[in-house]
Amino acid sequence: MAKVKVFITLKEGILDPQGQTVAKALENLGYQGVQDVRIGKYIVIEMDEEKEEEIEKQVKSMCDRLLANPVIEDYFFEIED
Amino acid sequence: MKFGVIVFPGSNCDMDCYYAVQFLGENVSYVWHQETNLFSYDCLILPGGFSYGDYLRTGSIAHLSPVMEAVKKFALEGGLVIGICNGFQILLESGLLPGAMLRNKSLKFICRYVYLRVENPETPFTKLAKKGQILKIPIAHYEGNYYAPPEVVTQLKANNQIVLRYCDEKGNITEEANPNGSIENIAGIINERGNIFGLMPHPERSVEPLLGSSDGKIILKSIIESVKAKI
Repeated sequence: MAKVKVFITLKEGILDPQGQTVAKALENLGYQGVQDVRIGKYIVIEMDEEKEEEIEKQVKSMCDRLLANPVIEDYFFEIED
Repeated sequence: MKFGVIVFPGSNCDMDCYYAVQFLGENVSYVWHQETNLFSYDCLILPGGFSYGDYLRTGSIAHLSPVMEAVKKFALEGGLVIGICNGFQILLESGLLPGAMLRNKSLKFICRYVYLRVENPETPFTKLAKKGQILKIPIAHYEGNYYAPPEVVTQLKANNQIVLRYCDEKGNITEEANPNGSIENIAGIINERGNIFGLMPHPERSVEPLLGSSDGKIILKSIIESVKAKI
């Protein structure tokens, strides 16, 4: 059994109004050092698969076909035993 | 001619589309998202709504429905497909049209009339309009901020695939007239072949003066004329 943590982020250069709004709110709370906030998605997948190579292949395919939209998003993932 | 309105779980403009087509005197049926043969139709409408609860990304789950394979086959044979609002988002997710949708720049759900300038009247969906004609049609969306990489936008322009752009009452394309932050004020695009059209505004909600505008009729009637000219 493996646990895969997938992180999906908006590509660099793509406007993130949600992130900007949160950055503003943090500033209002008094956090003056906040330069920028980008908001993404975090997906945890539990898989009944042992071979790391196979997990990697499958998760990559999942991301390319459904989890991320390559026009606007990037992704990376971590595999935990 | 016969229209098919595709119904996904969570579609909510299907009845409006059905009504509008009937109002214009044409045949129409609902098509459930499990359907796999669509060749008895002349035009397919992918309606607005929140298919699959907008989970993951708008349109991302709907584009994997069995009916979408059939929509692709239908389009490949040259059939007319129009995606309105969520339907446009589904066409983008399925790769039938280029680009993607982001959340509105304002982070607000916007529901109001907008003005649109017809940039390309030489499509089966706009043939009854004149170039530069201004249409008043409502929008209702949270994710209508159209984005495409610069090289794709260049291509869209070069092929005249930008059909509708947000403008002001006089037809000027300005930042203020852009309700959602869409790149180049894009409100509607067509594929290179010219048979798949996606737009965020709702023509089916503006077919009678009672609703505030009947400009949506121009789009639906264009489709009807195009199909009848072929038959």
